[in-house]
Amino acid sequence: MTALAQQASADKAHIKLRGITMAYDDFIIQRDLSFDINHEDIFIIMGGSGCGKSTLLKLLIGLKTPATGDIEYDDINFWQSTQEEQTRIKQRFGVLFQSGALWSSMTLAENVALSIEEYTDLTAKQINEVVSYKLALVGLAGYEDFYPSEISGGMQKRAGLARAMALDPEILFFDEPSAGLDPISARRLDELILELRDSLKTTVVVVTHELASIFEIGNNSVFLDVETKTMIATGNPNKLRADCPEAKVREFLNRGVK
Amino acid sequence: MTLSSNEHWSLSINPEDSAALIIVPGGDWRLKNSLPDTDSIRAYLNEHPDQQSLTFNSQLITHWDTGFCTFLISVIELSKTSGIKTDLSGLPEGVRRLLALATAVPEVKDTGRKPQSAGSLEKIGQFVIDLLRGMPEALHFLGEATLAFIQFLKGKAQYRRSDFFLIIQDVGPRALPIVTLISFLVGLILAYMGAVQLQQFGAQIFIADLVGIGMVREMAALMTGIIMAGRSGAAFAAQLGTMQVNEEIDALKTLGISPMEHLVLPRMLALIMMVPLLTLYGSIVGMIAGLIIAVTAFEVTAFEYYNQTLRALDMRHVLVGLSKASVYGVLIAYSGCLRGMQCGRSASAVGEATTSAVVTSIVLIVIAASVLTVIFQSLGI
Ligand SMILES: Nc1ncnc2c1ncn2[C@@H]1O[C@H](COP(=O)(O)OP(=O)(O)O)[C@@H](O)[C@H]1O
Ligand SMILES: [Mg+2]
Repeated sequence: MTALAQQASADKAHIKLRGITMAYDDFIIQRDLSFDINHEDIFIIMGGSGCGKSTLLKLLIGLKTPATGDIEYDDINFWQSTQEEQTRIKQRFGVLFQSGALWSSMTLAENVALSIEEYTDLTAKQINEVVSYKLALVGLAGYEDFYPSEISGGMQKRAGLARAMALDPEILFFDEPSAGLDPISARRLDELILELRDSLKTTVVVVTHELASIFEIGNNSVFLDVETKTMIATGNPNKLRADCPEAKVREFLNRGVK
Repeated sequence: MTLSSNEHWSLSINPEDSAALIIVPGGDWRLKNSLPDTDSIRAYLNEHPDQQSLTFNSQLITHWDTGFCTFLISVIELSKTSGIKTDLSGLPEGVRRLLALATAVPEVKDTGRKPQSAGSLEKIGQFVIDLLRGMPEALHFLGEATLAFIQFLKGKAQYRRSDFFLIIQDVGPRALPIVTLISFLVGLILAYMGAVQLQQFGAQIFIADLVGIGMVREMAALMTGIIMAGRSGAAFAAQLGTMQVNEEIDALKTLGISPMEHLVLPRMLALIMMVPLLTLYGSIVGMIAGLIIAVTAFEVTAFEYYNQTLRALDMRHVLVGLSKASVYGVLIAYSGCLRGMQCGRSASAVGEATTSAVVTSIVLIVIAASVLTVIFQSLGI
């Protein structure tokens, strides 16, 4: 019975987009976006810079309203839900912003601890343990008492990731996580993403340009096109590379070689 | 043997023989279920100091998350300090890999951090030291600002004219409404306060002298100074402080552009020019307020008031007022820019810089007001 129920929930899309148009006022960024992000996907959002990847991510985390269309999380329509329901849905998200967006007047430990203090009733000691563990996962053990301005950009990014993972979210969103990381840290990050998916069953949505990590971790994707202002491909990036009907997508995935 | 449990989880141990300990956690080990700490295991180990190895049997685990991982990390830490070998092979695959990731990068021990607990005496000492350290820094800034000003006089300063005019616009015309309001009310207060006394002698006409000289020599400059400290001094500190946070000032420096000339100079110039003009405007508004009071409430005609004002005021008073205003302008720009450039690299540092800019400039303005008044009086101007 439970196995069956699990099966059913795994078959259903975790996030479902239907006919989404996103715009800043009258300036349309992308239109007609319809795709599914399944449970335990590592879903890649790709496309040239300025095509609206970050905007799409903002839409997916509920920071921005779509101009038209619906977004559903586990079949709950986000923009038709009550305020409380929206908050409850958002609590299941963990987000790593493009610039890290750490709170500059708090130490790394305080940055990670904030949501744990807010939403759980752990003791101070337990919170410290969780914080140290999360920082250790991103390779920042021992940096608890540093302020964001005292560590490098790449380290800020990793600390942002530790903060995003603080509450073991169901869905993790990353905006260009490996930009600014050294190759070894970038690789460790990929491993960590795979690990989170495999062991904690997290669904992961990643905006990235890194071909290596697209093929390494991605099992589903969407490609946004700047010129036609819509999605022109969706599916497993390894398959798209070989036989996507759109030349643009193949070119992107083969590093500009047609 | 069960060490501890609640309705969600249980923690048991399975002492196979005397030397090998098997830890058997069971149930739902998620953070929300108020998980146990390692005290019970520590107590057991203290009672049985002859343990040599520690293994896990996790077949009874149904759910786990971060809480389970942190518990295990504590257990591993504990066994390390007691010199016991740990074998993780009995743990779920995912847990083992996460633990491996968490320990892949060793903890950085030597981070150059000093412990930050300080007694109250030490804090007082640190405060005094910081205060003394601030002095040379402030003087240094003053020197650099002066050098930038000399560059400007020579016509060699690098700054963008368009920035300069934007700042002028911001500190000048945009401040008119608030200056109008405050000057009008101050003129009104001066007129009323004086008039009640003067009326006893039938000398209401001298309201014109009181308001005219009071506004022109002192009040207009002082009030404008305080308004501009709160308005523009704070804005300067916040702008420069945010640029400091975003490393924009470093970016200027690497291009060989002096932030003093590029950022501080135009702000100083703008305030030095605009505060006297606003003061002049404020004096006129104040005198109009006096006129209105005198005419409506104290039976002075507008023409009489006008003539009396002309008689009372001469160029001397105007120059005294304007020179005070210029000094206040310099002080506001100086404090605002100084605090902005000294700003630390966080959002709260920007807040502190802004507060400190306003406090510094108001203190400096009040000190300067007293000193200048004494000087001008003793010179008989
Ligand atoms: N706050 C905003 N207001 C108006 N336009 C914006 C805003 N943010 C981004 N844009 C525009 O939206 C487009 C997509 O931006 P973005 O989503 O950041 O692209 P990217 O794919 O590089 O992340 C760009 O053309 C950008 O100019
Ligand atoms: Mg972007």
